[in-house]
Amino acid sequence: MNTKIKKASRHTNQNEGLIFEKSSPGKRAFELPPLDVPAADPDEALGGNHRRAGIDGFPEVSEIEVLRHFTRLSTWNYAIDLGMYPLGSCTMKYNPRVNEFIARLDGIATEHPYQPQELSQGCLKVLRLLEKCLLEITGMDAITLQPAAGAHGEMTGLLLIRAYLEKQGNPRKKVLIPDSAHGTNPATAVIAGYEVENIKSESHGQIDVDKLRDQVTGDVAALMITNPSTLGIFEQRIPEIAEILHAKGALLYMDGANMNALAGVTRPGDLGADVMHLNLHKTFSTPHGGGGPGAGPVAMKKILEPFRPVPILVEKEGGRLALEPVRPDSIGRVKAFAGNFGVLVRALAYILAYGPGVRQATEDAVLNANYIRKQLEGVYELPYSLPSMHEVVFSDAMQKKNGVNTMDIAKRLIDYGFHPYTTAFPLIVPGALMIEPTESESKEECDLFIEAMKAIAEEAATKPEIVKTAPHTTRVRRLDEVGAARKPVLRWKPPARRSEAAD
Amino acid sequence: MRYLPKSPAERQEMLAAIGAKSIEELFSSIPDRFRLREALNIPGPYSEAEVIQYFKDRAAENSNGYTTFLGAGVYNHLRSVVTDAIIQRGEFLTSYTPYQAEITQGTLQTIFEFQTLMCQLTGQEVANASMYDGSTATTEAVLMAERLTGRQRVLVARSVHPEYREVLKTYAKNSGLRVEEIPFTAKGTVDAKALQVALKDDVAAVVVQTPNFFGVIESCAPLADVTQAAGAMFAVAIAEGVSLGLVKPPAEADIVAMEGQSFGLPPSYGGPFAGVIASREKFVRQMPGRLAGQTTDTEGRRGFVLTLATREQHIRREKATSNICTNQALCALAATVHLTLLGKEGLREMAQQNLSKAQFALSELLKIPGVRRTFDAPFFNEFTVEIRSFCAKKSSGRSRWARRIRN
Repeated sequence: MNTKIKKASRHTNQNEGLIFEKSSPGKRAFELPPLDVPAADPDEALGGNHRRAGIDGFPEVSEIEVLRHFTRLSTWNYAIDLGMYPLGSCTMKYNPRVNEFIARLDGIATEHPYQPQELSQGCLKVLRLLEKCLLEITGMDAITLQPAAGAHGEMTGLLLIRAYLEKQGNPRKKVLIPDSAHGTNPATAVIAGYEVENIKSESHGQIDVDKLRDQVTGDVAALMITNPSTLGIFEQRIPEIAEILHAKGALLYMDGANMNALAGVTRPGDLGADVMHLNLHKTFSTPHGGGGPGAGPVAMKKILEPFRPVPILVEKEGGRLALEPVRPDSIGRVKAFAGNFGVLVRALAYILAYGPGVRQATEDAVLNANYIRKQLEGVYELPYSLPSMHEVVFSDAMQKKNGVNTMDIAKRLIDYGFHPYTTAFPLIVPGALMIEPTESESKEECDLFIEAMKAIAEEAATKPEIVKTAPHTTRVRRLDEVGAARKPVLRWKPPARRSEAAD
Repeated sequence: MRYLPKSPAERQEMLAAIGAKSIEELFSSIPDRFRLREALNIPGPYSEAEVIQYFKDRAAENSNGYTTFLGAGVYNHLRSVVTDAIIQRGEFLTSYTPYQAEITQGTLQTIFEFQTLMCQLTGQEVANASMYDGSTATTEAVLMAERLTGRQRVLVARSVHPEYREVLKTYAKNSGLRVEEIPFTAKGTVDAKALQVALKDDVAAVVVQTPNFFGVIESCAPLADVTQAAGAMFAVAIAEGVSLGLVKPPAEADIVAMEGQSFGLPPSYGGPFAGVIASREKFVRQMPGRLAGQTTDTEGRRGFVLTLATREQHIRREKATSNICTNQALCALAATVHLTLLGKEGLREMAQQNLSKAQFALSELLKIPGVRRTFDAPFFNEFTVEIRSFCAKKSSGRSRWARRIRN
């Protein structure tokens, strides 16, 4: 055992097959209360041709087996609850447990979206307060809580821009997107019916404002900008960028993925952004859950308000709240029902716990990133030297000389007891190491991470093989991704029956 | 603040190590005039007890004490407490998208199991790791059909959930898709003749829902035949998955878009739920969303990875099959646990009880004078009745309104 590995040690975990392989006819894990009405005859009620026989291969196991199966699988995961999760751009912060508790309350989890609004005032008040808090944090005028995730919010935001421009007579053709942007930006622009034009970053990693001036023509509907950028650097000339766009009748879309660097310190609305989405599963701590659910509210300036997706939350006389399903200029509905309410509830619980203190969280997040940057500068190459906000991007240039790349370093980090940082992104940094510690890490945890990163750099110089073949301590080693894509096996199938096998 | 793990002294120590005099210095790249000078005007900070009290107070302002028969795409089925116990394990709850396969085998294997369960339920060959919900999955099914056929006309049955149709129209508006609606017959099912007339060689997809918005079960096979004969994709939306415990799955469909809320997820005022897209193996490269696949590690052991990522936005950018990134993984896990708990017999029994209770409710309602069944067709657990208005001055004998009833 490498004595430099302080955070982790090997431990036994249980083997476990697929649930389908444990199945045995006649076992069950759930019993319903006895039927208290006459039993219907399915053949008669449905008609014989609609009737299904049993589902082949469906699991048949007992309750203890279900519990053990999923508990064993859970132990094969790394999670924030186990330690630092420095995935850049993903804002893996602590997910407070009280938020799970309140989301499951009777009267919250049990509510049906079509129940009368007089019987939904509690739900609607939650939505209203969350709207107010997010407007205050973003400095915007209006908001929709409908979108289910960040990319869904991006689409909603671009449709708002499109509807606004269309109303003025011309939706325009292009959306400008920096080369450092998340992949969702260009993918979304296409769904909103726009062509994508890439804009190059200048040598400091910022948007090249002079070039931008030339690129903003009458064809441009909007610029999608991430601020701080995916390099973790604040776009200092953003007010000027907004002016350039506005002068040509175009709008500024801000991707709020990195809002954890700004909340309580500055407001995108004040900086000139016209519309932005927030990833509540990033900045506002709703659990990532292995890839969702999220929520992607979209905040906007007044000019875009008439186009918000329905339903729209409105305040009636006497303070009564209502969801209105029809608005003449609305872009329409982006999702059934009233947004990912269960996620929105958790985000509000998070905000209420901090109050104006969200600023402290932002400060700690930026402090952690800068601390790590300072300690690792010179150990890893820093391709862009402008001040870091909530995350820092290094490159593997120094380790590459020994044949060790960012993915190798990331995999070796696993042996040291950490989840890897984000690898090979943003695309403008070859061999990027994108590190976002968030405010949830103590100095002690940051120090352990720094030590691990230093130890790996040393290994890369002296015994690169151990890094290149990492991880060494996980239950599976590097997996054959090429093989998985070449001959996809995407589901379990029952083993062939003997008679078939004999054919 | 209880969530922040630093003492004031540690903050100072870290600032000193950085070489900064104050925390303000770290924000120096934000132009001074844009930095907030005053505290945000938001309520809080609240202790844990206060947070709980705030939400208990709001919960008390909702529908406590009422029984609902609403349905219409959101159902309150029995759920085992085991599901919540599992999905609240921190290893599932607080893990990220499983890009680092070596330390997320738990999530990856559960996705693989979810995909398998969805295939078994729908009679399809492949299923993805989840979409936002049934409405966006239905839209994504149409976009997938557009890519597969290169056509842009879409025929949607008017018996599909109205909000699903609205979402489709929002997406269609800017992508060149032309959406037309196909009426329903007096039996509440898709008007096959009208469909036949509308079907031309420019149609990308025909979308039906079963059981449909009226609760009526559609006969998919003949509709699939005419659709596919015209070279179009037959897409089926399923809003009530429990029906698949008794009702034949639309195996003849080219694409199935299903809402998984019925599988262990609470109504939660409309979300988060879990949509899914299932389809035929030959169409997999045009599917949206994440997929987990089985593979082996360098020592030959079975493991799982996210695969066929060249369809996705983080690789393909503007050429991706969809812009979806974060999906509904934890909801899909809840569905996986719930369906595993129910198992073969439990799901059948739950479906059987739904059917029986709906039949019972209908027969009791029909005993009330003035109540009439809208559609005389097989249904699963939802049906519509019409109630003649008793208070209307001009009693024309025509129904004034209909109310949806579910067991």
